[in-house]
Amino acid sequence: MLQVVCVKQVPDTDTRVKVAADGRTLDPNGVTLVLNPYDEFAVEQALRVKESLGAGEVVAVSLGAAGVQTTLRNVLAMGADRALHLRLDAAAPDALTIAKALADAIRGLDAGLVWLGKQAVDDDGAQVGPMLATLLGRPCVSNVSTFELAGTTARVEREIEGGREQLEVPLPAVFTTDKGLNEPRYASLKGIMAAKKKTIEERAVEAAAPHLERLALELPPPRAAGRIVGEGAGAVPELVRVLREEAKVL
Amino acid sequence: MSILVYVEMRDGAVRPVTREVLGEAKRLAATLGGPVTAVACATGDAGLAALGEAGADAVLLARHDAFARHDAAGHAVAVAEAARSTGAKVVLFGASSTGKDLAPRVAALLGVGLAADCTALDASGGRLVATRPVMAGKAYERLAFPMSPALVTLRPKVFAPAAPEAGRTAAVQPLAFTWDAAAPRAVVTGTTAQTGGRPDLTEAEIVVSGGRGLKGPEHFALVEALADAMGATVGASRAVVDAGWRSHGEQVGQTGKTVSPKLYVAIGISGAIQHLAGMSSSRCIVAINKDPEAPIFKVADYGVVGDLFEVVPALTDAVKRMH
Ligand SMILES: Cc1cc2nc3c(=O)[nH]c(=O)nc-3n(C[C@H](O)[C@H](O)[C@H](O)COP(=O)(O)OP(=O)(O)OC[C@H]3O[C@@H](n4cnc5c(N)ncnc54)[C@H](O)[C@@H]3O)c2cc1C
Ligand SMILES: Nc1ncnc2c1ncn2[C@@H]1O[C@H](COP(=O)(O)O)[C@@H](O)[C@H]1O
Repeated sequence: MLQVVCVKQVPDTDTRVKVAADGRTLDPNGVTLVLNPYDEFAVEQALRVKESLGAGEVVAVSLGAAGVQTTLRNVLAMGADRALHLRLDAAAPDALTIAKALADAIRGLDAGLVWLGKQAVDDDGAQVGPMLATLLGRPCVSNVSTFELAGTTARVEREIEGGREQLEVPLPAVFTTDKGLNEPRYASLKGIMAAKKKTIEERAVEAAAPHLERLALELPPPRAAGRIVGEGAGAVPELVRVLREEAKVL
Repeated sequence: MSILVYVEMRDGAVRPVTREVLGEAKRLAATLGGPVTAVACATGDAGLAALGEAGADAVLLARHDAFARHDAAGHAVAVAEAARSTGAKVVLFGASSTGKDLAPRVAALLGVGLAADCTALDASGGRLVATRPVMAGKAYERLAFPMSPALVTLRPKVFAPAAPEAGRTAAVQPLAFTWDAAAPRAVVTGTTAQTGGRPDLTEAEIVVSGGRGLKGPEHFALVEALADAMGATVGASRAVVDAGWRSHGEQVGQTGKTVSPKLYVAIGISGAIQHLAGMSSSRCIVAINKDPEAPIFKVADYGVVGDLFEVVPALTDAVKRMH
């Protein structure tokens, strides 16, 4: 079975955000770009399925500027077989633009499973997976935290408010992965060496009319300075008083 | 300007976030004009007319027996159909686990953009502008919608429900929509409720979170006792989730849940940038930490410097005595 993993390159979660001079984008100075943390679970799960079936191919796909090839190379080092780079240099394309480009690329691939992260930690959209599935006309479960394959049916669980939901899904299907699904592997030295010989195919994507327009990127208003109420257990009566009388939250 | 609101239901009951979304729809209608139409996917119309009290002017019911269990793909088709038939300019959903999964499908069907997990909407200039956090709240973006309808999911607990208009009912009309019986679909086979009976993290009014300062999973009993006394839900830092002391569902932060309760209590949590990202939009933050230099104190409204093993039991007792 061929599996596709969609991966995004994002600013490291350590990033301290500075807004660029245009007032609309992130200042890239000093920002380290990494594989989206949720996509690690997607890559890992695809590799596990391939290992358990003992056959198949895992294709990593990423849309972005030239730099995303570093991230694709990491995914190849983790164990993906080959990669597809959908080249689009425009900054921060919207989710539907990304989903359409991914759908166009994946349609020709006869994939049994398509994996994405639950959300990209830069835009926090959590949109691309369900959009992609809808464009492909495939069933989709987002935020899966358990996955079990029985023939051509997948049994999965996802977290919902106050509990969990179990679902059965016929393949081919699309899943987005939540934390807890698995423990992603690190690339081994052997994997890193092997990745150098794997191919990354580059295809240009046409920039289409955007579906959303970003007017501004702003830092949150700083929180008003707080105060230390006191030290040790002796501070508790004063803490309870301010929570009741000032903050009115108790 | 017609506004459409997706009615989120579970086990035949309307979920609380729907009242928040209807409240915002009603406020938008005051500037943009109405009507506010609610669209529900259900097996019957029980309880839907009462959505009038929460702000709906009319209700469209997509009725199907398969809707006894949640069916995201089926709901998406119905909501897209409702958007077309009402000529909606704005379609609103709650940014719950259900709404976040559904809205992108509707956006793909309609070929329009979606602003997800918004914390403010502004229609004052006659056009809709949505504000939403990115990078788990380290920054906010403001978005405009070049296409119609504008699709928006609203973060739970941020928008207030409208004051209920007792006795106001909304007429429930059937919605004609396509049901593709042959389409392969994901089928919900069951649900399990979380044990403990506390509200969900993202819906809780008060969250009490513990970190590595607790020294071991057994000491989370202190956090739970305080949470019980406050009627709160328990959260955790990633350090303790990765250590296996707490479940993944409890993690607060950039790779966990983003929460905005009215009160957030951080116990033995240092305040790493990834943790702060998930809780800095809480209305009031309390930190209990023995290190006066801990970064958590930079965002805390009220801090107590001290040993949590002394402070937390004393606080639990004091809160219990209040009642
Ligand atoms: C990609 C990535 C994503 C991440 N995502 C998240 C995320 O979503 N959420 C998250 O929380 N973290 C996240 N992290 C981890 C984050 O960087 C920190 O490592 C983590 O938040 C630290 O958890 P902690 O505060 O419990 O532990 P520590 O940093 O070890 O802090 C423990 C605190 O307890 C205090 N303490 C110790 N003993 C006592 C005592 N007796 N009484 C009172 N105070 C005491 C100490 O002074 C200290 O401040 C992420 C990291 C990465 C790399
Ligand atoms: N540019 C991209 N290229 C490939 N996959 C992407 C891209 N953007 C998002 N994705 C995938 O979609 C998931 C959800 O992203 P988002 O909807 O932006 O939160 C990510 O975790 C990735 O798996």
